[in-house]
Amino acid sequence: MLSAAGPTHAGPVRIPMEHGFSPYTDNGGTTLAIAGDDYVIVAGDTRQSEGYSINTRYCPKVFKLDNNCVLATGGMAADGQNLVRRLKQSIEQYHHVHAKTMSPSALAQLLSVVLYGKRHFPYFVWNTLGGLDADGSGWVYSYDPVGNVEKRKWACAGSAGHLIMPFLDAKIGHHHQSQIDAKTEGKPGSVPFDTAMKYTKDAFTSATERDIYTGDLLEIFVIRKSGVTVEQIPLKRD
Amino acid sequence: MVTGTSVLGIKYKDGIMMAADTLASYGSLARFRDVQRIVPVGEHTLLGASGEMSDFAYIQEQLDKLLVADHLAADGHTAGPHFIWQYLSRLMYARRSRVNPLWNSLIVGGFRDGKRFLGFVDLQGTTYEASTIATGFGAYLGQPLLRKAVEGKEDTLTKEEAHKLLVDTLRVLYYRDARSLDKIQIATADASGVSVSEPFKLDSDWSFGADIRGYGAL
Amino acid sequence: MFRNQYDGDATTWSPQGRIHQVEYAMEAVKQGSAAVGLRSNTHAVLVSLNRSFGDLATHKEKLIKIDGHMGIAFSGLLSDARILSSFMRREALTSKMLYDRSVPVSRVVEAIGNKAQVNTQQYGNRPYGVGLLVAGHDETGPHIHECMPSGTTFDYVAMAIGSRSQSAKTYLEKHFESFASATLDELILHGVRALRDCLQQDQNLTVESCSVGVVGKDTPFDILDGARLGDFIQKVETTEGGRRGAHAVPVETSNVTPSETPAADQDTQMST
Repeated sequence: MLSAAGPTHAGPVRIPMEHGFSPYTDNGGTTLAIAGDDYVIVAGDTRQSEGYSINTRYCPKVFKLDNNCVLATGGMAADGQNLVRRLKQSIEQYHHVHAKTMSPSALAQLLSVVLYGKRHFPYFVWNTLGGLDADGSGWVYSYDPVGNVEKRKWACAGSAGHLIMPFLDAKIGHHHQSQIDAKTEGKPGSVPFDTAMKYTKDAFTSATERDIYTGDLLEIFVIRKSGVTVEQIPLKRD
Repeated sequence: MVTGTSVLGIKYKDGIMMAADTLASYGSLARFRDVQRIVPVGEHTLLGASGEMSDFAYIQEQLDKLLVADHLAADGHTAGPHFIWQYLSRLMYARRSRVNPLWNSLIVGGFRDGKRFLGFVDLQGTTYEASTIATGFGAYLGQPLLRKAVEGKEDTLTKEEAHKLLVDTLRVLYYRDARSLDKIQIATADASGVSVSEPFKLDSDWSFGADIRGYGAL
Repeated sequence: MFRNQYDGDATTWSPQGRIHQVEYAMEAVKQGSAAVGLRSNTHAVLVSLNRSFGDLATHKEKLIKIDGHMGIAFSGLLSDARILSSFMRREALTSKMLYDRSVPVSRVVEAIGNKAQVNTQQYGNRPYGVGLLVAGHDETGPHIHECMPSGTTFDYVAMAIGSRSQSAKTYLEKHFESFASATLDELILHGVRALRDCLQQDQNLTVESCSVGVVGKDTPFDILDGARLGDFIQKVETTEGGRRGAHAVPVETSNVTPSETPAADQDTQMST
């Protein structure tokens, strides 16, 4: 229990306060993205938790943006939603001003700037942005809460991010593998779409077993040149 | 700081139903025993609040301004449940971002154009929608009971069943939550509009445990 | 210089109870090329005539998208229209940010009406020299509104503004009863026909000189592209025999004021 000390209260009484206020909370959840030669998969579970409670089984944290990009936000749900609202607004204004859609690389840079703009009161969100570049090949941009950004071929974040990351490193990047048959396993960092989908589903079903903050429903967004599609896969609800 | 405890909200066949007691505590003192913590907002929406009661009064004032603006515009656009929930989420998040929060957990329930709505907002700006919502102590003691009875049965649960479920859950809370009261109100939002019941007494049994059948006595 | 001694600024009444500066601003609307707006039970359509500033310049776009559910056509000063449209865009974005609701069309129109009114009452201000037709679709259905430099706003089934727009109005008055149940395509054709009546004798509608914007239930505001627009123009210009009069609407020359007739389409101000 915190106390309100100091000169604001006259006399010897230290008035007890029931709570100290923290503007931050962690709502858990896991996100993942895999980029291929002509696609990007961006996925996230839809459970929203707080402490040991499940708030809801369906609160999406992966968002399709108007410029054929998909953004996955993990961490504090309120910050994530507000960030997405701001980005959508910026994309719309960009469209009004320039009469064209914002490129994924421009959005990637904008997101970094927006995050760093709140360097001293950060959005408590780990973002993963997926999009296709001008050649049509897929890329993933991975962020920390203050806007550090890295362009990658795969990424994962959130409460089970550290459980899934080494799995992706091994299966997609062939990292730390002593024996890899390039013929059967393909080129590192370039997995066929069906394989990537299998990795995505396996990663989430496994993470759901080990991480209490991941579960209920998996939403998988697939970006292709033709547009964005969504698939929903049930996860365990316990 | 005068605070209210749990609010419950569930979806049922014809709409949504909410429940809360009428106590506003001053610390451990049961200070105000007849405070309405579920209020109608416009014609289609209910707002239930736990937490700081004067912050809740301020929130109601802000919502009144929205309703008055709609009334004056008289253009057929009126605030619905989703609209009010979104506005409250912006308000609560803006205040938390100024590190000057409105100290409440709010449940917004409503029924409009044939659609049910049940959503949550709190002092950190956290929002979600669900078919059962419980604030405060209710999140721990009440939510499991509500989920078991409602999840997957949102479209079959009758009004009578919903009413009994909420009363039973409030009774559990009354037994264990020391900041609760046995005077409660039940509110409904359905196709006919919104209504909040008059406060009524929750029956409870405080006789000695050893004498109660199934508890101590055989 | 002055037409009379009471038109020096927008805050002086004439003894006849008129504010001349405001009336002059309304004249600026008539200098711009014509725009037509009309609505059915499901959609609202804007059709505009785009003026060229000469052979070396492109046609100026006269339709502006405000939001997914709203767009405007304007007549008069383009630069004033830009200011008003960016204000409307801000209102639309704010509504989405704060309430997750597309801003009600009538409330944006009221807001710009109030904004325009300020300029008719404060010393040193100039009334906006542009008239707007606002097309939108919201929870209460499709709408066409007009907003004038005086700050007055109207809610219409169909309306036309700009030079020679009386001809379009005559067409709309003759046919408006069929608009309510019209399909989107029929509505667009009515709009294009009405606009064609605003042309001078030797002119025809082309894909460059005409724009069509549509909005409706489940139809986000969209400015038709050349191919789709071409079909409508071709239908009106060739299949239906082209020139006005084909559907027997006499042009009422008496309604054409002197400021509209001569060479209005080669006007020197930035009216579009």
